[in-house]
Amino acid sequence: MAYQFNFAALEPYWTQFVRGCWLTILLATLAIMVGLMIGIVVALARRSQIKALDFVAVCYIELIRNTPFLVQVFFIYFGLPALGLSFSPWSAAVLALSVNCGAFAAEVIRGGIDAIPRGQYEAGRALGLKPLQIFRYIVLKPALRIIYPALSGQFILALLTTSIVSSISAEELTAIAQSIDTLTFRSFEIYIVATLLYLTMAMLFATIFKAIDRAYFSYPVR
Amino acid sequence: MIRQFGLNEALFILSGIQATIALSLIAFVGGGIFGLLIALLRTAENKIAGRLAAAYIDFFQGTPLLMQLFLVFYGLPAFGIQVNQWVAVTIGLTLHASAFLGEIWRGSIQAVPLGQMEASRALGLHYKDRLVSVILPQAFRLSIAPTVGFLVQLIKGTSLAAIIGFVELSRSAQIIASTTYKPLLAYGLVAIFYFILCFPLSRLSAMAERRLSVSR
Repeated sequence: MAYQFNFAALEPYWTQFVRGCWLTILLATLAIMVGLMIGIVVALARRSQIKALDFVAVCYIELIRNTPFLVQVFFIYFGLPALGLSFSPWSAAVLALSVNCGAFAAEVIRGGIDAIPRGQYEAGRALGLKPLQIFRYIVLKPALRIIYPALSGQFILALLTTSIVSSISAEELTAIAQSIDTLTFRSFEIYIVATLLYLTMAMLFATIFKAIDRAYFSYPVR
Repeated sequence: MIRQFGLNEALFILSGIQATIALSLIAFVGGGIFGLLIALLRTAENKIAGRLAAAYIDFFQGTPLLMQLFLVFYGLPAFGIQVNQWVAVTIGLTLHASAFLGEIWRGSIQAVPLGQMEASRALGLHYKDRLVSVILPQAFRLSIAPTVGFLVQLIKGTSLAAIIGFVELSRSAQIIASTTYKPLLAYGLVAIFYFILCFPLSRLSAMAERRLSVSR
C-alpha cells in the first residue's frame, strides 16, 4: 500500500507553524537566560566556604541531572499546586526549563571559573585591582571563551527540549503541531514538517553561534 | 472513586521500572551495534560514507527525541507497517541511541593518535586488523566515560515513551497521580526511582573520566 502524502493539507496552517517556531525560540531563550542566572549563583555556591551551601548546590545539580525532564515538568505543573504553587502551562514550562538549564549551566560555569589559573587572580591583586575589577577585566573573557562552546550547545539542547513541554500543553511548536493534527489527521506530514523546522532552527543557531565564536573568541591564546 | 496513596500505589509505580530498564537496555545494545557501524562509516576513508554518517548524526542531534518517536510511531503505519507501541518506541530509541553513540565513538576513534594508524599501516596490517587490534581497543578506553554518560541520557529519554502511551516508569506515575489525586507524591516518588537508577551511572561516568585523565 503506497501512502499518499498530502502536504497541501497543511498549507492553511503555515502561520501557526511560524508561530510555533517563534514560541519555541522564545522559550529556549528565556530558559537559557534564567538558567544562566541560576547557574552563576549555583556555581558560586559550589565554590563557597560554607559547606551547607555547597551541599545544597550539589543536591540541586545532581537531582536535576539524574531525573527526566518530563518528570520535572509534571512535578512542577501537576505536583506543586498541592503546595499552593499553581502555574499556567506556559510559566510552568519556563520555570521547568530554567531550573533544568540552571543545573547544567552551573557545572559549565564552574568549569570555566576553575580553568582560570590562580596566578591570574594574584597578578590582578598585585596590580591593585579590586575583586570585581579582576573579574571584569581578567577572568571574564577567558572564562567566557572556555564555556562558550558548551553554553551554545546548551541553548540548542534547550531548543530541542522545549518540545517536551507540549505534554502540559504549553504552547510551542510541538503542541501546535499536535493541535493541527487533531484538525487535519495528517500526523505523519505534520511531524515531518515540525521535525524539519526543529532541524532548521538547530542548524541556524549552530551557524550563528559559530560566527559569534569566530568574531569574539578566536584571539590567539599564547 | 479516589484511591488512597499507599504501598500498593508506590509498588505500582515501581513496577514500571522493568519496562524502563528493558527499553533502555534494548536501545543501548541495539543502538550500540548500529552506532559502531555509524562510527566506522564516519571515520572511514570513503568520503561519501563519511558524509552520509555525518548527516545521520546531525539529523538525530538536531531534532527533539520526541519528534523522532512521533515520526516512527506515525510513520510506520503510513507505510502499511502496523506496530504496537513497544516496537515503535524501541525502534525510535534505538535509532536515536545509534546516532549519539556513533558520534561519541567517532570522537574516541579520532582521539587515538594518528601515528597509531600510520604505524599499524607501516606494519602491513589490513584495515580490519588495524581497527580491531590497534585502534578500537584504545578508543574503547576513551569512550567509557561518555558512553556511560549517554546511558543516563537514554534512561531519561525513555520517559518520553509515556507521551505516546507506553507504560513505563513515568506513565505509571501518571496513572497513579490521576487515580489518587496525589501528583506531588507520585511524581516525587518516580523522580527518586529515576535518581536511584541514574545517579550511580553518573558517578561511574565521572569516575571513569577522572581515572582516564590521571593516567594520560
